[in-house]
Amino acid sequence: MNLTLKVWRQKNTEDKGKLVTYPASDISPDMSFLEMLDVVNEGLIKKNEDPIHFDHDCREGICGMCSLHINGRPHGPKQGITTCQLHMRSFKDGETIVIEPWRAAAFPVIKDLATNREAFERIQQAGGFISVNTGGVPDANEIPIPKVIADEAFNSATCIQCGACVAACKNASAMLFVSAKVSQLALLPQGQPERYRRVQAMVAQMDAEGFGNCTNTGACEAECPKEISISNIARMNRDYLNAKLFKDEY
Amino acid sequence: MKLDSKIPEGPLAEKWPKHKFNLKLVNPANKRKYTVIVVGTGLAGASAAASLAELGYNVKSFCFQDSPRRAHSIAAQGGINAAKNYQNDGDSVYRLFYDTIKGGDYRAREANVYRLADVSVNIIDQCVAQGVPFAREYGGLLDNRSFGGAQVSRTFYARGQTGQQLLLGAYSALSRQIGLGTVKQYNRHEMMDIVTIDGEAKGIITRDLISGKIESHAGHAVLLCTGGYGNVFYLSTNAMGCNVTAAWKAHKRGAYFGNPCFTQIHPTCIPVSGDHQSKLTLMSESLRNDGRVWAPKTVELAQKLRKGEIKVTDLKESDRDYFLERKYPAFGNLVPRDVASRNAKEMVDEGRGVGASGVAVFLDFADAISRLGEDAVRAKYGNLFDMYYQITDEDPYKQPMRIYPAVHYTMGGLWVDYNLQTTVKGLYCLGEANFSDHGANRLGASALMQGLADGYFVIPYTVGDYLATIGPKPVDASHPAFAETKRQVEERIQKLLSLKGTRTVDDFHRDLGHIMWEYCGMARTEEGLIKAKGLIRELRENFWKDAIVPGGNNEMNQSLEKAARVADFLELGELMVDDALNRKESCGGHFRVESQTEEGEALRDDVNFSYVAAWEYRGDNMPEELHKEELVFENVKLTQRSYK
Repeated sequence: MNLTLKVWRQKNTEDKGKLVTYPASDISPDMSFLEMLDVVNEGLIKKNEDPIHFDHDCREGICGMCSLHINGRPHGPKQGITTCQLHMRSFKDGETIVIEPWRAAAFPVIKDLATNREAFERIQQAGGFISVNTGGVPDANEIPIPKVIADEAFNSATCIQCGACVAACKNASAMLFVSAKVSQLALLPQGQPERYRRVQAMVAQMDAEGFGNCTNTGACEAECPKEISISNIARMNRDYLNAKLFKDEY
Repeated sequence: MKLDSKIPEGPLAEKWPKHKFNLKLVNPANKRKYTVIVVGTGLAGASAAASLAELGYNVKSFCFQDSPRRAHSIAAQGGINAAKNYQNDGDSVYRLFYDTIKGGDYRAREANVYRLADVSVNIIDQCVAQGVPFAREYGGLLDNRSFGGAQVSRTFYARGQTGQQLLLGAYSALSRQIGLGTVKQYNRHEMMDIVTIDGEAKGIITRDLISGKIESHAGHAVLLCTGGYGNVFYLSTNAMGCNVTAAWKAHKRGAYFGNPCFTQIHPTCIPVSGDHQSKLTLMSESLRNDGRVWAPKTVELAQKLRKGEIKVTDLKESDRDYFLERKYPAFGNLVPRDVASRNAKEMVDEGRGVGASGVAVFLDFADAISRLGEDAVRAKYGNLFDMYYQITDEDPYKQPMRIYPAVHYTMGGLWVDYNLQTTVKGLYCLGEANFSDHGANRLGASALMQGLADGYFVIPYTVGDYLATIGPKPVDASHPAFAETKRQVEERIQKLLSLKGTRTVDDFHRDLGHIMWEYCGMARTEEGLIKAKGLIRELRENFWKDAIVPGGNNEMNQSLEKAARVADFLELGELMVDDALNRKESCGGHFRVESQTEEGEALRDDVNFSYVAAWEYRGDNMPEELHKEELVFENVKLTQRSYK
């Protein structure tokens, strides 16, 4: 396959950045999208040019590091996968592919296609945990958890913190990400003691980071590589409202 | 220097409790006067950093990814072992200990392995308390499945994403401590070297991967939790960024390297599809619970399949050779990884391999689907089947998967004593980065167990003993040793950046991978290893002449990051070959063709090789010195492993 790439190049956070055109020739349809970029980069390096910088690590769809906006869609044209799981057989020979970084004020570009997602870290640090120290916990089977609840908590817990939901949202809202963590812990009996404290702390940090609000367009759910359900947001809103109305109880 | 494993005296089950009592404690008010540096945030690093901070120590934690949660533990699929005996099927701490020692082909320390089995039960409790959503039965209690090398069901799991869920548990504990200010987290930082003062580790030098700034960090102790070195093979199931740099720098500063040639080749990975391939993807061992491994019965049938003259679904039962079930009736498809891998290689070598390349065998779910139904199979393995489909464009519900072994894990690593301390005082090594618990072969679902055991339940005790001994005297980075180490780091970076040759770093890395896979992979011969040694040296020399490293230091420079890592792999590769040459026996994942039974199984030589090989660095291009830690077996009887 022969393709034309239009890639966002930006030297650093301060640089204005621009789209630069590169040919990608002799690409095998069995290559992953990132392997295609590897080939282009090897060509650039051989000319002693700076290769295209992009974040990636596990290349099997689980670490959440890769984060490319491909032809206007986070993680590209296919549903339910990350960029690293996208293969070139999903494109047509001769196609032009536009590759950009996540676009959100809370995710400044570091270089080219790599962005800074530390805002997510601070939200997790504000409350994305159950406060237990190592040791001194009850036997694992002392708390029976209905299978449906455990499964639902698991579904929420599969979020890989990639930021596609923010990149997909016209408001750059992080509600899907935050609500997935809130839901996982709100569903489980272990998470109850801090349930309402947690939702308030995480939402407050989310707002402080400059993420937008949710207007229920559902773009986040549609683009989420782990297909996290938007019903998590409803669950978070319910808990948040509850926490605000009955403050003294929590 | 004589190796002292510091294994406590006394009966096996009493060693750890007694040792814990004998270890010195740091009083609560003094803990905040100490700083502990933790490098790496996988299961071992994140659990250690969180646990130490909870105790009251100041912790500085480092990872090269943009979040601690992205460490490669996240990708572990199948599960975590624990001797809970929730299934009432005869499991016990002793049985987990025994299976692990046997699975490791009797090349691990009894005391370490027993401790690992002992604390395994606490790990599950801890994870559940953190909100890890393990799989459950309808009654609300935890579910288990079985894994290779065991005849009981002791593996706890969270669909095919157990590593992810366990790491998120440890990450949540770590995040809590970062929020509380007890851990200072440094993301996108790479450890470039260790700083030692009077032979003791007192800090590290890091490179900020965004700005390129070289920084000094001082601490009372340094914990390396930096994972394995499987990427020395270029293609492996490791993440692209996994590297040996931290461990290798420690090695060059005096930490002995234990059993470097012990690498695990995992039997069920998606086969290589072409030269462009950047990494390999594992299909969890849990699939062997329901999948049956087979190859066509004859070379002719395999040829026809490869040419596309017949389809796999055309092959009758009588045309299929379920070779693991045939050769190992007791364990069947659930033989340990090294055994399954070697048998797959044997099929391919005989010409019975499948797929366009002929370098694969089948993993078939047809039986499971007809027995349990497609929905039940989907519920158990859905994400793995999806992953397979994404990569290969073949539907495993309709036709068998093609699988082939790939490098997955390294049992070797920095030598540590019972306290997880390396031969450099104050320098500890946890998780896959150390050599300690898996011997010559790791059983499935035991890596997660070891990482968390080391971080949650071992290091909080043992590092305290060292800290109490040295006292809370402040440490700071103004000591000349920091300036000198920093200078050496900067010099090496400049040397790398001055390389303006004709070949990319990836190109060299691929070549190194080919050499390692060919001569130091699933089967090793003296002749091949000697050849490999020469080839690696030559490649290393060429690298320093002909590699290209574009860009500068004061920016994000992924080419430079890669070059620094590959330069270290080029040195490690030679040590692995030396170790493989020295160990003339076969054991576990290390198969020396010269040492096999009549049936072609690995033949150990307990008289001459029942030791840990710990290698001491003596200078660039100098032969390393071998130190032997004899393995003493007081509880298990050494037998030729049999899974028949």
